[in-house]
Amino acid sequence: MYRYDEFDHQFVRERTNQFRDQTERRLSGALTEDEFRPLRLMNGLYLQLHAYMLRVAIPYGTLSGRQMRQLAWIAGKWDKGYGHFTTRQNIQYNWIKLEDAPDILDALADVEMHAIQTSGNCIRNVTTDHWAGAAADEIADPRPVGELLRQWSSLHPEFSFLPRKFKIAVTGAPHDRAAVKVHDIGLRLHKNEAGAAGWEVIVGGGLGRTPMVGVTVRDFLPQHELIGYLEAIMRVYNLHGRRDNKYKARIKILVHEIGAERFKAEVEAEYARRPHPATDVEERELARIAAYFAPPAFEKLPRWSASFEEAKLHSPDFARWAKNNLGPHRVDGYAIVNISLKPEGGIPGDATAGQMRVMADLAERHGNDELRVSHAQNIVLPHVRKDDLFTVWQALAEAGLAAANHGLAGDIIACPGLDYCALATARSIPVAQSISRKFADSKKQDEIGKLKINISGCINACGHHHVGHIGILGLDKKGEEFYQITLGGSSAENASIGTILGPGFAGHEVADAIETILDTYLKHREAGEEFLATYRRLGPRPFKEALYATA
Amino acid sequence: MTTPEKGQLVTANRLRDGIAVFLTRGGAWSETIDEAVLAQEPQAAAALEARAREDERKTIVTGSYLVEAERLDGRVRAAHIRERMRALGPTVRLDLGKQAEGKGAGFAASEGE
Repeated sequence: MYRYDEFDHQFVRERTNQFRDQTERRLSGALTEDEFRPLRLMNGLYLQLHAYMLRVAIPYGTLSGRQMRQLAWIAGKWDKGYGHFTTRQNIQYNWIKLEDAPDILDALADVEMHAIQTSGNCIRNVTTDHWAGAAADEIADPRPVGELLRQWSSLHPEFSFLPRKFKIAVTGAPHDRAAVKVHDIGLRLHKNEAGAAGWEVIVGGGLGRTPMVGVTVRDFLPQHELIGYLEAIMRVYNLHGRRDNKYKARIKILVHEIGAERFKAEVEAEYARRPHPATDVEERELARIAAYFAPPAFEKLPRWSASFEEAKLHSPDFARWAKNNLGPHRVDGYAIVNISLKPEGGIPGDATAGQMRVMADLAERHGNDELRVSHAQNIVLPHVRKDDLFTVWQALAEAGLAAANHGLAGDIIACPGLDYCALATARSIPVAQSISRKFADSKKQDEIGKLKINISGCINACGHHHVGHIGILGLDKKGEEFYQITLGGSSAENASIGTILGPGFAGHEVADAIETILDTYLKHREAGEEFLATYRRLGPRPFKEALYATA
Repeated sequence: MTTPEKGQLVTANRLRDGIAVFLTRGGAWSETIDEAVLAQEPQAAAALEARAREDERKTIVTGSYLVEAERLDGRVRAAHIRERMRALGPTVRLDLGKQAEGKGAGFAASEGE
């Protein structure tokens, strides 16, 4: 199980004490807002529409039952009884008081958690595949490398004042569930013919106002060279990245402006200058870190579980949930449980303190004490025995957590939008709710099949709309909300940026427009063809015609 | 029908808890937008801003700014949806925020669409 090391304990406590002092100085007037703002942001504290918002880091989305229970306790004691799981595998609290923030950070530190590097122009907390360590298709658990990068990048003086924020994602599986091609740096593990593992290094992807798919600068980087090579990338970026214009400061703009080839040459030149032995990752160190992610002691079980099969026969609801919400586990007799935080008409990613406790209990009782937050704003129990699935499902259903829509039309990603966020230009959540209600019929969702609908309430794209199969972007048109629809995006290994279909819609028109798009898909699809494949085969034309024909 | 009184009000977030507040005629900060004072002249608006900046220095509030609004039958409605949202709470959680505490504005956030 992932845990801090002794350095983390000390430095998180020190940071919390520093922040307590900084907060006191702010409240007494010794610090101005301009002086205090960067300090609170470095500790994940934003000022939003209704109150302060605290973003808590959950490295790799990995949590123990105890940590999840502490998140629930914080939600009850200092917030309004709930939290919002985000597309960065974190949790945000929406109703935080500044005067309470130091106590909350202390409560987080009690369970080895913090809010460091969830904001600011630094290397943000590293994200990974939420099925890491469990997925059947995985070459290796990517989290030890994520942790190595976290330890290297945490408070790294050279990379604490970058031109702009910097996000790294890592996947150890060929099917990319971590969106590595749309991160500043994406790392993807490959195995060569000799059976050795190496990392593909992808740079310059990103969403926001200038969405781009990253370019591969190394196909197969040996693991021990990771830190040295990434340092070379960071140095090139730190030196050449634009600081004159916030909107052109991300590494993707640099890669785009000078071109992938020149960027690559700059990195290689910088890397050649590095004293390699000083930055090589020692096997011993990697082994030490990897031990934190040691897999649980799996039982030797048959692949086939009689009780699981029987439960499916007796309960069609369970069978449907099992079909949609389970992922293939690498160990026989186990399954990955995806808990959808997207009930019909609900707020994507929100969970009450009570629901968090139920999930914590289930993880402890049936899930080897592990939970994950996915970037799709769901919760994962990565290691559950098939024999226990029916029991787990019953407990989830009782807590309103058994929505059987994982990966379907109802499993919508949505940022908080104008309902909470100070940057938003339009609301996201009500649009997600109206689409969710429109496709409440589970048969219809099953018929449509795999689909990613992603909604952002502003151009910053926290809702990943560019890489939704269907993307929705909320904008402000003369003080009123309107929504642009894009089609054909993907954050998987075949990543692509969606294209705008045509003129935008008012909020109340969006769900109907999505229905028209999906009806068009159903009419044109070939047998077994998913939405994205149909779109890629046909292009936007039939969808455009259906959507704007009557206009 | 009465004519609405148009003008600008000053809003900010209370420093200690971040709650959205509105400057009143008496120079206090209210959580209720209806209690905000509306400035109809540029000089009056500048005076409100100056008062708000003074309260920022006194660490009462932070991030003050002017907002277009109108008063009709004693209820104040901000021109922009963002500000109506701040005066109410999230539209997706009517059980939370000012709207749930009897401090909400008299207009729905999405009104005017």
